[in-house]
Amino acid sequence: MRNVMIFGATSAIAEATARRFAERGDNLYLFARNRERLAVIADDLKIRGAHSTAFDVWDAGDRKDCESMVTRAFADMEQVDIVLIAHGTLPDQKACERDVETALREININALSTIELLTLIANRMERQKQGTIAVITSVAGDRGRQSNYVYGAAKKMVSTFLQGLRNRLFKSGVNVLDIKPGFVDTPMTAAFKKGLLWAKPERVAGDIVRAIEGGKAEIYTPFFWRWIMLIIRNVPETVFKRLSL
Amino acid sequence: MKLSGWGQYPSVDAEVAMPLADRDVTALIRSPELGRTMIARGLGRSYGDSSLAESVIGMGAMDHFVSFDETTGQLRCRAGASLDQILRVFVPKGWFLPVTPGTKFVTVGGAIASDVHGKNHHVDGTFTDHVSLIRIATVSEGIVDCSRSVHPALFHATCGGMGLTGVILEAVVTLKAIKSSMIEERTIKAANIDEAVAIFDDNGDATYSVAWIDCVSTGKDLGRSLIMLGEHAESGGLAVHHEGRVSVPVNMPAFLLNRYSVWAFNTLYYHRVSQPLTTRTVHYDPFFYPLDGIHQWNRIYGSKGFTQYQFVLPKDNGLEGMKVILERIAGSGRGSFLSVLKVFGKENGNDLSFPMGGYTLALDFKIDAGLFAFLDELDDILAAYGGRIYLTKDARMSRECFRRGYPRVDRFIETRVRYGADKIFNSLQSQRLGL
Repeated sequence: MRNVMIFGATSAIAEATARRFAERGDNLYLFARNRERLAVIADDLKIRGAHSTAFDVWDAGDRKDCESMVTRAFADMEQVDIVLIAHGTLPDQKACERDVETALREININALSTIELLTLIANRMERQKQGTIAVITSVAGDRGRQSNYVYGAAKKMVSTFLQGLRNRLFKSGVNVLDIKPGFVDTPMTAAFKKGLLWAKPERVAGDIVRAIEGGKAEIYTPFFWRWIMLIIRNVPETVFKRLSL
Repeated sequence: MKLSGWGQYPSVDAEVAMPLADRDVTALIRSPELGRTMIARGLGRSYGDSSLAESVIGMGAMDHFVSFDETTGQLRCRAGASLDQILRVFVPKGWFLPVTPGTKFVTVGGAIASDVHGKNHHVDGTFTDHVSLIRIATVSEGIVDCSRSVHPALFHATCGGMGLTGVILEAVVTLKAIKSSMIEERTIKAANIDEAVAIFDDNGDATYSVAWIDCVSTGKDLGRSLIMLGEHAESGGLAVHHEGRVSVPVNMPAFLLNRYSVWAFNTLYYHRVSQPLTTRTVHYDPFFYPLDGIHQWNRIYGSKGFTQYQFVLPKDNGLEGMKVILERIAGSGRGSFLSVLKVFGKENGNDLSFPMGGYTLALDFKIDAGLFAFLDELDDILAAYGGRIYLTKDARMSRECFRRGYPRVDRFIETRVRYGADKIFNSLQSQRLGL
């Protein structure tokens, strides 16, 4: 039985992962924007086997109260074994190009709010001297593309932050895991045409749980994205800038 | 997005919305796009065009368990919860589905809309016979709880109603207590259809019964079968099923499925059992869901797709009708790798539920130029014997064939109109059938 905190708990990937934790009888503390959906998910996880569930309403776009919320949750759980940070939005790239406020808001939600949480959590985990901090970023952070570079840039900021944090927390025995999913079939991507590269959130969840258990530093999920992104990262910029990706 | 049913025929260009909560569903119903058809869809396992429309409401994200009573086995869950998930969570606690179709990859909402049946129909009825309450988003009355006593007409129209009365949001299903996840299976060989039916009749008290029937042999071998009977074992642990690892990655070339391969498969399948009676203890997964282990098995029929022809003939004269149809299928050189025969128990009172007391046969046919004309001929034989076709499998039957098979259709349409559903909910199938 582990004590698990999940931020962005109503996201499809987070929820699928929470179900895995629930099945093995963990204690779950959930954070997300929508109280009604949190309550539905908490009941569901309880029936699936969670030893206990608690939740708190939290909006990534709203900075006030974050620290007191984290303090309260750590006090409640006493010891935290796993923190999963999964919140995020999929920005409308064109809208971000037209409007500065939109671009900055997306950066705030997908990068700054995560860094805020990580800063608060890292200090507590460091004192605790054990546990895993797992963060969902994206393959989109591996290289900027015209179709979604605001999102990609935000995710890349988080990935770089995680590298440093991993380095810092290593001596405290805390593992920092960067999870890079490819295309995942979720309500967030309901409007997209699905092909062979698309994965179900359940599959991604299985990879996340295994990576946490295995103490991994970084995973691509499904695994083949590691090879796809290896190629994409290595296309020379003179060629890449001409592509319509 | 291009969307089709399990048979990959037909397909439609659909806009798919994925509601997260009841209010999202209500909003979709209140502001339909003008002139566009709309229907709810679960895991897309109905074979034909039942879950196809221009606007599709994908129920996959509304898949939560709401409450569970460990003394009665009553489970309240959201419509998008799959039977796979129910098994995963409740088998370890000693509970099983009261009725299950041949795949666990269907949602509770879909199981209600299709009023699915299983190998225990002759003793336990259909899925909705174990459903005590349905919460449904209707057009004219908003969100309504219906049951056999409250909004009974809506309840009986919704059970088996193919999603045409509203969007099913939540239901209460009573699970069945088990001591083990293992099944004691007996396989009995029948030399022909007469023997097969006699074996079903002799084993009417078996909890589960179904037959794999050879649909290519003729003459004295017509309808030779392997009848499989099952009982929940008393011991053996409560292990849950594993996820299937094998998948058919792409559509297979359709020519691989021809009269020779089908003949070879059916013959080998029949002779895989050499003893007249064999027994073994198997996990529920291979017993109930032999094809679930191969993901996307529908692709073996090629990119043009296939249709499953499942019909039921009433007990009186039904056996005779079954022989006529089997002769026609064997003679046609078409045919199916695995065909399934079962004896149903009594029908329930739902408007459009498929099962009725008698014999049901299900066969897969690859879609090609002459297929639909051939199936129309089978429909005529069916009509002569008073049979009907399962809406969940259908992609092509005519209005006349449908009306002949479903005598309570007018009552269904009346309820549909009363709840305002006829103006909003329409699938390709409901339009084809004039519902």
